[in-house]
Amino acid sequence: MKQRRLKWIMLVFALSAIMTLGACKKKVAPPPPPPPPPPAAPTASLSASPNTVDKGGSTTLTWQTTNATDISIDGIGAVQPNGSQQVTPADSTTYHLTAKGPGGTQEATARVTVNAPAPPPTPQASATEEELFSQTVKDIFFEYDKFDVRPDQQAALQGDIDFLKQHASVRFTIEGHCDERGSTEYNLALGDNRANGVKNALVQGGVSADRIKTISYGKEKPFCTQSTEECWQQNRRGHFVYQK
Amino acid sequence: MKLFLSWTIALLLLLSLPTWAQQDWIRTGTGLGVEKVRLAVPDFKASTQDPKSPELLKVFNDTLWNDLDNAGIFDMVSKSFYPLEVPGSPADVKFEAWSSPPPNSSMLAFGNLGISGANVTVQGWLYDVKNVTSPQVLGKQYQDGATSDAVRTIAHKFADEIIFRLGGGIPGIAESKIFFVSSRSGHKEIWAMDYDGANQRALTHLGSISLSPRISPDGSRLAFSSLTKSSWEILMYSLDLDRMVTFPKFGGTNLSPAWSADGTKLAFSSSRSGDSEIYVMDSSGANLKRITSFKGPDVSPVWNRKTSAQIAWVSGRSGLPQIYTMEADGTNVQRLTDEGYAVSPAWSPNGQFLVFSWIRHYGPGAPGAQDIYIMDIVSKQWVQLTHDGGRNDFPSWSPDGRHIIFQSSRAGGDQIWTMLADGTNQKRLTTAGSNTQPNWSWK
Repeated sequence: MKQRRLKWIMLVFALSAIMTLGACKKKVAPPPPPPPPPPAAPTASLSASPNTVDKGGSTTLTWQTTNATDISIDGIGAVQPNGSQQVTPADSTTYHLTAKGPGGTQEATARVTVNAPAPPPTPQASATEEELFSQTVKDIFFEYDKFDVRPDQQAALQGDIDFLKQHASVRFTIEGHCDERGSTEYNLALGDNRANGVKNALVQGGVSADRIKTISYGKEKPFCTQSTEECWQQNRRGHFVYQK
Repeated sequence: MKLFLSWTIALLLLLSLPTWAQQDWIRTGTGLGVEKVRLAVPDFKASTQDPKSPELLKVFNDTLWNDLDNAGIFDMVSKSFYPLEVPGSPADVKFEAWSSPPPNSSMLAFGNLGISGANVTVQGWLYDVKNVTSPQVLGKQYQDGATSDAVRTIAHKFADEIIFRLGGGIPGIAESKIFFVSSRSGHKEIWAMDYDGANQRALTHLGSISLSPRISPDGSRLAFSSLTKSSWEILMYSLDLDRMVTFPKFGGTNLSPAWSADGTKLAFSSSRSGDSEIYVMDSSGANLKRITSFKGPDVSPVWNRKTSAQIAWVSGRSGLPQIYTMEADGTNVQRLTDEGYAVSPAWSPNGQFLVFSWIRHYGPGAPGAQDIYIMDIVSKQWVQLTHDGGRNDFPSWSPDGRHIIFQSSRAGGDQIWTMLADGTNQKRLTTAGSNTQPNWSWK
């Protein structure tokens, strides 16, 4: 109890210290007063609008100068004291303006960035989601004749739930599969129980039910066809399929 | 009727002997204590000279012999015992030569086949050769086009007449049909064939996976389960129209339709609620009603074919699938099998028996053979009917209750086999591709 109060006091103290220091800093560093202007010193500004273009696109340079008699932009040459000009740079370019006058010389620059024609990014992004789905989402395997998710599959199930919650737009089907042993009709019903068993576990984990379809394939579409326990285990599963 | 009763009693007797039932191998023997009728069936003769006669006669004679042999109620007298001269008409019959040894037959089926133009005429008789004064039991004449299909049908009709007369008034099954699933086109489609394996043809061409064909009692409609775009649905095929007809879709996994005996209702398995359960609906798809409610697979319902008051089905509610029965409203649930893996029940036409597929000794170290068993509903006594290895599944009764058709992998891939209901006389009917889930027509 005592410790907690101490903590609070320290926190309040720390906060007020920070605020006070912040306030002090403002007072310590006021904006510097403008230096006394020398007579007739030239001024210059240069801007590009837009300052980013795709390759082959053009942009408009706009500049203003005062008190200058000799004004030039590198790559363009001598220009009027105030003006604008359209340019089409092949690559990213820094335009450099020099304004000379009796009071001295002033420079200004404007950077135009030219984007290289990038491969269209949108379709790649959705393929990536499907790829991520197939890389990340793990099938859930079952014991013979069972449709409850067994303990050694809980980690895989939690991984699936995490991924599916992070990718809330992904819709998918859970296929229920069975091994070759046993009867066609019973295996279809069992496969249905497996698919729904995985679905219910996902829904309990917070995945929205309306994203999930289920279907049973019984023993109609096996992943492998040998009569070995290894192969049978491969076939007893809830299989995730990304829905485009 | 007397013969059928004795046959049933014999089977019941067998089922009521618990010591027998505990053995793995029993030859039950059809009609124990009942003399089978000794029947001689000499080849029919040509009554006209026509180049097509030999071919059609061979089809006719083979079909007639097979039908009578398959019936399981005759002691077919071997052709090697027959007199050199066989009759083609009543005037040729030499009674003594047939009724005394070596043929020693009590019944004689004989006749002739004639072709005139595009038509075939068959005359057939059944004689009680020990009753010289009034021997004729049957005399029939058939006319149809001179094609092998027509001649095969005539042979089936004549065989069914003989079986009806000598088999206790139970109609024969030679004109019945089998519906099944075949993958020979590359997809599992619904196929049909005659009861003896002839005339195999595809009914559906859906290019998906179609399973569990079930013919309606009147033979007009076929319900089955098929993988549609997004789910398994019950589909309906009209045999009158030779095409698919519309049927409601329910969503979820819908499997294993089953007709009630009067054809007005269908039971099936649906997971539309999120868990597979048994539902009952009108044969139009209306008035859907759920009748089970227990977590786990519930599938493969069948109605009591005698009463339509009970449904047997398969449930995984206690672990491995077992056979259960309940009233058609879902009450009075009873478990029939007590161990192993039991699936695919089929109710006998007389309502007394269930046949089903059972891996009785299931588990590590157990042989794991999947065989067909028959169980008496009341006593729960059972007898094993297949012993020949492989996976044997999806038994279905013939209309006369004397035969069972099933699928077996004993010869490699899954094929369709028939046997008598006591397990004898096992014969393979299909060879091409994989053929499964046979369903016998109701008549």
